[in-house]
Amino acid sequence: MTLALYRIDDRLIHGQVVVGWGQPLNASFIVLVDDEVSSSDWEQDLYRMGVPPQIEVIFASVDQAAAQLSTWEADERVGILLVGDIDTAVALAQRAPQVRSFNVGGVHHRAGRRERLRFVYLTDDEAAKLRQLAAGGVEVTAQDVPTARAIPVGEFT
Amino acid sequence: MSELRGIIVSHAAVAQAMVAAVRAITGIDNALTAVSNEGCGTDQLAERLRDAVGEGPAMIFVDLPGGSCMTSSTRYAKQHAEIAVVTGVNLAMLLDFVFHRNISPEEAARRAVDAGAKAIRVTAA
Repeated sequence: MTLALYRIDDRLIHGQVVVGWGQPLNASFIVLVDDEVSSSDWEQDLYRMGVPPQIEVIFASVDQAAAQLSTWEADERVGILLVGDIDTAVALAQRAPQVRSFNVGGVHHRAGRRERLRFVYLTDDEAAKLRQLAAGGVEVTAQDVPTARAIPVGEFT
Repeated sequence: MSELRGIIVSHAAVAQAMVAAVRAITGIDNALTAVSNEGCGTDQLAERLRDAVGEGPAMIFVDLPGGSCMTSSTRYAKQHAEIAVVTGVNLAMLLDFVFHRNISPEEAARRAVDAGAKAIRVTAA
């Protein structure tokens, strides 16, 4: 199959991802792309706790993910790729042209960010980066759970 | 030893409802604080936790083993002394907890796991 979902979510692995998306997609593996988490055994143990044993979790830095992406895309199982912020999504898309879409699933309030949707808060700079990503050919939509509407980037940035 | 405080961390309003249920059953209303992850990223949830835990030893009860409630709580406990975290919160463990708060967080965590697990049964037909 393939990586069925590329998702930006600052909570990384959590219920919406594992159950909300994982069940309907029948996901068998999750790739968590984060430079910090990929270098910390403690953080990895923490995120692995939220995942049932039949789902494999792969931790990767942005560099490792860019190098491995074709392998994951060719995997016969269904997978989900997660990043925690917009910069990581942009960095991955720049290095890996296989990235065709990004789902904005949860970017929450922080100083400097403004509410765009109930689950999406962005600085102007982050909004511009998402529009740029879309202009480069990546389909960018916001959608927290599969039953919600996928909102095009133009409607929330 | 100061009395332990309990913080319930959950999705949506599960924690609030549990605090209300404990109050309804025991009349005790100063032992538990509810924290919801509603609308929270990691930073905000950490802030809500910090506000709820305050000073002193505490026991954090989390709804699911995994997810943002658990990762934030576990991270918080790693950075602060005298905090223990258990997952799979249920009413039975909370009822036991509110009557046994003059113990260490580690001891309270063991009690919670025990009391919580004992409450999960198949009833006789």
